[in-house]
Amino acid sequence: MRPGAWLAWAALVFFAVNLAGVIGTVVLDSFSRRWFDSWVPDGYTSGWYSAAWKEFSLGRVLGTTVEVTLLVVGISLLVGVPAAYALARRDFPGKRAVTVLFVLPILVPPIAYGIPLATMLYKVHLAGTMAGVVAANLVPSIPFVIFTMTPFIEQIDARIEAAARVCGAGSGTVLVRILTPLLLPGMLAAGILVLVRTFGMFELTFLTSGPTSQTLVVTLFSAVNSAGIRSAQSVDAMAVVYTGSVAVLLLIALRFVNPTQLVARSTD
Amino acid sequence: MSTITAAPKLALRHRLAERGVDRTLLLVVPGVLALIALFCYPFLYGLQLSFQPTKGGALGAYRTFFSDPFQRKSIWATFSLAIPASLINVGASVPISYRMRRDFRGKRLILALLVVPISLGTVLTAEGILEFYGPAGWFNRTLHLLGLADSPVRLTMNYTGVLLSLIISGFPFAYLLTHSYLSGIHPSLEKAAATLGADRWNRFRHITFPLLLPGLMTTFCLTFVMAFAVFPSALMVGDPDGSTHVISIEAYEAALERFDYAAGCADAMIMTALMLLVIGVVAGLRSRLYRGATGGKG
Amino acid sequence: MSPELRDAQPVLAVGDTPGRPDRPASQLRELTLHGVSRAYGAHTALHPLDLTITGGEFIALLGPSGCGKTTALNCLAGLLPLTAGSIVLDGDRVDTLPPEKRGFGMVFQNYALFPHLTVRANVAFGLRMRGVGKAEIQRRVEDVLRLVRLSEHAGKHPGQLSGGQQQRVAIARAIVTEPKLVLMDEPLSNLDAALRLAMRGEIRRIHQEFGLTTVYVTHDQEEALSLADRLVVLRDGRVSQVGTPAELYEHPADPHVAAFMGYRNLLTLDVVSAGGGTAVAQGRGLRIVGTPARAVELAAGQRATVAIRPEDLRPAGPGEPTVGEAVAEIVEYHGRVLHVEARTRDGDRLYLNSGEAVHPGDVVGVAVDPDRALFFGADAEVVAQ
Repeated sequence: MRPGAWLAWAALVFFAVNLAGVIGTVVLDSFSRRWFDSWVPDGYTSGWYSAAWKEFSLGRVLGTTVEVTLLVVGISLLVGVPAAYALARRDFPGKRAVTVLFVLPILVPPIAYGIPLATMLYKVHLAGTMAGVVAANLVPSIPFVIFTMTPFIEQIDARIEAAARVCGAGSGTVLVRILTPLLLPGMLAAGILVLVRTFGMFELTFLTSGPTSQTLVVTLFSAVNSAGIRSAQSVDAMAVVYTGSVAVLLLIALRFVNPTQLVARSTD
Repeated sequence: MSTITAAPKLALRHRLAERGVDRTLLLVVPGVLALIALFCYPFLYGLQLSFQPTKGGALGAYRTFFSDPFQRKSIWATFSLAIPASLINVGASVPISYRMRRDFRGKRLILALLVVPISLGTVLTAEGILEFYGPAGWFNRTLHLLGLADSPVRLTMNYTGVLLSLIISGFPFAYLLTHSYLSGIHPSLEKAAATLGADRWNRFRHITFPLLLPGLMTTFCLTFVMAFAVFPSALMVGDPDGSTHVISIEAYEAALERFDYAAGCADAMIMTALMLLVIGVVAGLRSRLYRGATGGKG
Repeated sequence: MSPELRDAQPVLAVGDTPGRPDRPASQLRELTLHGVSRAYGAHTALHPLDLTITGGEFIALLGPSGCGKTTALNCLAGLLPLTAGSIVLDGDRVDTLPPEKRGFGMVFQNYALFPHLTVRANVAFGLRMRGVGKAEIQRRVEDVLRLVRLSEHAGKHPGQLSGGQQQRVAIARAIVTEPKLVLMDEPLSNLDAALRLAMRGEIRRIHQEFGLTTVYVTHDQEEALSLADRLVVLRDGRVSQVGTPAELYEHPADPHVAAFMGYRNLLTLDVVSAGGGTAVAQGRGLRIVGTPARAVELAAGQRATVAIRPEDLRPAGPGEPTVGEAVAEIVEYHGRVLHVEARTRDGDRLYLNSGEAVHPGDVVGVAVDPDRALFFGADAEVVAQ
């Protein structure tokens, strides 16, 4: 093998070892009785999980998380898919402006528009409510759906729709019998991607949520930041629960989409 | 009479349809309205708010930011984290994805390994970094065991900790993007270069790299955006009151801890402007490169 | 600068001086393939192939898709390692060399032009890689671009060129280094019919003017017959036949090659008599007098496959003995002749050409000259057309 190959593999192995270490310590700690200045903990217990479940009322938090996530997925698909269709099929005056409008929320960091958005939500008394959290999460999700869907729509030959019309199908029939079945895989992919991203979206939820509308990731962050009174193990236990659920979502997602779609925000 | 009035109406509709304006466009309206209400309006509202501080006139909030060295330095803190992190992530993903183009056993495993950090979330990464790289963590223990360090190396609660977290979460992202750009370059181009006498290095240098460069710049932009907005990890594994007092922390503290909305919004505007500036520069450089088909299938 | 380049005589100069009829000498004396084979796991894409190519030859590898012809070409180019065998070039083994050390030129099916380089830079690439001096590169690139008639497009990027122009750039890029061997992988398959004809002539012209030795892969028998000095017909990774166009055309080795060479009528019949260079077969309402193909021994009672070209099968003249009768179903007008598709009473389809008017529904008595009906032994399986 050539030196270049060795270097690449060495970098990869180093990354893997460190990653395993980072995850391993947290998982091990969440099962440990006491772990201070030693290679491995003094003893093992699973008690931190039940403690964390009660202490952070994880049942309710998980419920909220699922509710927020599903609402965001549903609404962003409903709004995003038609918009993606129009953008993929039509060339109209002002299309560039509309495209820029959809690209910006993906480019601008969530903190930067989250702060003014949170401020505005306070003004209209939506801050801290479920509606506020959902609204904030729609901002990156709608563009994301649009940019995920566009290639799916472009690869459907417009002549298929024309053919259906020639065969006597009206707009409604074309939508139900032709477009929807063809777009279903794309919608599934977009929906799952938005699901994973909303589940893990920290900044926007953190800025706009209140005590009753916190998602898991925000609860976790707050627990760490006020960790003084809590044991590190119960925080770790919750982090493992969080990561476990995201990992399951990701495994499901990877059955339907390829890994690059998880990260690619838009093509260019 | 009715026919006469109907004719121009029809013609107008026809003319609009010629330019692509028809009922299909109504589909884009809900999306546009939602983003105007939830993105543009708040943004403009914030912009307007940033010019209405309690004291100091219209530009008071901005003047305060740039005159207070602690606040001003947050720009430097942000850039000194975001630029090295994006360069490392993009730089490392090139040779690795170049290796990973061929099919070999265990490739899926490696891909899975690289996707894992996406599922970790900021908090587990932060906790893991604190415990793994901490003074009593496995990393320092290993260094000690190997005789590489006498006393524990301080890797957390400072600049290094945040950089590590940006690499762990950002590298998979950069890798997957680079990988997709690289697989968009048709393999026959390298084969053609080989038959023309180019060895491995020349094939990379003259063919693959120039074709990959625009994609790398996009990847750089996107990883930069992620690193630029670093927030939770800068708080948890960094030194939020010192070397990792990044601009997003500054904005957050102003708006939601000091409840100085004008200052918070001003910080957010500065942040957006800086980020757009960097993206603009990279996009400008990119537009001077070759940017067309790479002979790939997609 | 590699030795073969330094020693190379300025071949281009010959093309530049009109009136000198002699072809430039080839860079290669002899290239030999000994048992070259390639397997992917359990699947053998190319069975051991033996072939000797002499300098200046134009060899076509011909066969349907999946027959191993592109595998053979990639093995020659060094893009695929051999599973077994060796390639010897003028006494030196080259099969272990990487593609960049073999000094061959290759034209790819999709042209594989570097999209980020101009036409000039694409063509200059191979010379730059070999370390040729700037002035020399410029001179040779200009010369070769003039030869392929692309001088005025030198500054463009490949994306701005038409298919035929891209194709010529690909050829220019492959030959500018004056390679010992030029490999072409279905270079015309992406062009439309008219352009394909024009480029076919162009390729042959360049081959001659440059004194190239060319190995050309194609699935189009007409292309292969018109271009090549010798053809190698491949099927399922094995060589069916090697020979000049005339040999293959007149004496196909088996029914598959016959089918590929345009023998559209393939009939399985019973031999009733054989000997003295002729044979008679009958069955399914037909009776054909024909000639056994080369090296085919026939005896009465055997089954045989009879191969006849449509242009050799015709309506019988008045009083002429017929092969049988068939009802015309489809009649296509092709200028001087009509292409007729007819069906016998037993349901066999016959393809024949007719110089006189035939209408669908007409009953036609069909005739063929005995030396135009080739008989193959029945052990060769029948090609379903």
